[in-house]
Amino acid sequence: MNPLQAQELVIDIPGRDDGEALNFSVQPGQIWGVLGPNGAGKTTLLHTLAGLLEPRQGAVFLGENSLNELKRRQISRQLGLVFQDRQDGFPATVLETALIGRHPWLSPWQMETGADERIARRALEQLDVAHLSDRLVNTLSGGERQRVAIATVLTQAPDTWLLDEPTNHLDLHHQVSVLQLLTEQARAGRSVFMCLHDLNLAARWCDHLLLLFPNGEACWGPAKRMLVPAALERLYDQELLTVEVDGAPLFVPVKH
Amino acid sequence: MSRPLTMPLLILALASLAAMVLSVGIGSVSVTPGEVAAVILGEGSHLQQTLVLELRLPRTLSAFATGGLLAVAGALMQVLLRNPLADPYVLGLSGGAAVGALLAMLAGLGGLIVSGSAFAGAMLATLMVFGLAHGTGSWTPSRLLLTGVVVAAGWGAVITLMLAISPAQRLPGMLYWLMGDVSYARSPWPALVLLFLVCLLVVPLGRSLNVLARGPMQAAALGVSVRPLEWMIYILASLLTATAVTMAGSIGFVGLVVPHMLRLVLGNDQRLILPACALAGGTLLVLADTLARVVIAPEQLPVGVITALLGVPTFLYLLYRSR
Repeated sequence: MNPLQAQELVIDIPGRDDGEALNFSVQPGQIWGVLGPNGAGKTTLLHTLAGLLEPRQGAVFLGENSLNELKRRQISRQLGLVFQDRQDGFPATVLETALIGRHPWLSPWQMETGADERIARRALEQLDVAHLSDRLVNTLSGGERQRVAIATVLTQAPDTWLLDEPTNHLDLHHQVSVLQLLTEQARAGRSVFMCLHDLNLAARWCDHLLLLFPNGEACWGPAKRMLVPAALERLYDQELLTVEVDGAPLFVPVKH
Repeated sequence: MSRPLTMPLLILALASLAAMVLSVGIGSVSVTPGEVAAVILGEGSHLQQTLVLELRLPRTLSAFATGGLLAVAGALMQVLLRNPLADPYVLGLSGGAAVGALLAMLAGLGGLIVSGSAFAGAMLATLMVFGLAHGTGSWTPSRLLLTGVVVAAGWGAVITLMLAISPAQRLPGMLYWLMGDVSYARSPWPALVLLFLVCLLVVPLGRSLNVLARGPMQAAALGVSVRPLEWMIYILASLLTATAVTMAGSIGFVGLVVPHMLRLVLGNDQRLILPACALAGGTLLVLADTLARVVIAPEQLPVGVITALLGVPTFLYLLYRSR
């Protein structure tokens, strides 16, 4: 697979100084977590990495090529994105929604075949929403819709997964099973890059972390090195208690 | 998707054929379906030949083409604006066309010049809305919609002004044009060819349109070049609407109601919905035009009145039922 790489990347957040240029490379098998308070630019970073927003400076590379040199279709065969919010102007069923993940792989003249449908159905099963296949997406609960969105990207089968708050709306069990699924993807040689709000999920499942500060400052590296309580307290402007559970740090906000 | 696409289209095609035979047969002189078939095969009496081939068939085909074009344009606009309630006229197209047509009528010109002027007006309105909506910022559906609505209101004022200052003897023709009337239509063939070409075009474009209906960001993430596709839909829908308006004046509700009803029954796969709109929109307008000819025969109603009378309650009902 082609690793996703940010080179001298400055994301474009209106009214904010350039801050620090990002230089990192997401290698096969890695799981990256992006942490930061509201408005730090996590979603903007994700959309810039997917080529949906122009960076203010620098470039994003997929392997040898910068995203600007690639056609959207080529990008979408390597890079999948789970959005934080979804719009549904028109009613569509769960199966139809998952099936659009096959779009990058079909030529304009091709119709979806039984094989495509099998891929979509398998993805829905893996996300535990297969029983909802014929339901309209706008009638589902938030957590169910989140899992359908992840199933759509699983159907798309990209080498690099970008996810914006994948655990949003999910109950504890499904949070864990989604992160487990992403871990399996990474073990199979793909890579995962996601924004997370839950510090402890990030500490437990990510091997690399990127901390994004509201003023544009940023630092990144292996998770063990990044999980410094003082840095995290400054990141969220929140005092934290640290305990060790199961060999991993657990962060708890201090109650006054 | 997995459900067969051909069956609904086959049923709709048969329905349009039946509607056309009915429409050609009904009138001051009745022609049976058998006689219609005979005339089309080159037989039948001279009177029947003239009646069918020169009077009724061109009108029926014009009605079909107009209805089909409007319904397809409506369906395309709805995908473009991600709004199931969009209509081919919502962006002020018919207003521009009407001003063009009325100007020509006011100048005492007729026939081809009215049509040409209407077409020019529609295209001018298209460019104006697109240019203004583009503005200095981004090109969002809500901005396009708002610009279109405001420009349409402006056209409305100009139309009222023109009606107020025009001499009384020209008023009936103008009002008929404004309400939509297929009897003005000339050759139906260019419009029919256009309709057919568009239906062919949606085969390779259809899946991209399906993805675009999920929003531009999602579509881009799935490999659709959103901006060129949106431009293409906008130009195409404008061209279709302008052609329809030029043929038959402004006929409301076909572009709104037909795609909406078909989506309720057939789902939202554009590869099915767009050809189905062409057939169902055509059928609806053929039937409405037949009704307009016979309800108070020998007088005729403008077909736009019929479609609005049918469309308003249907649409309100759908809106009331919608979640």
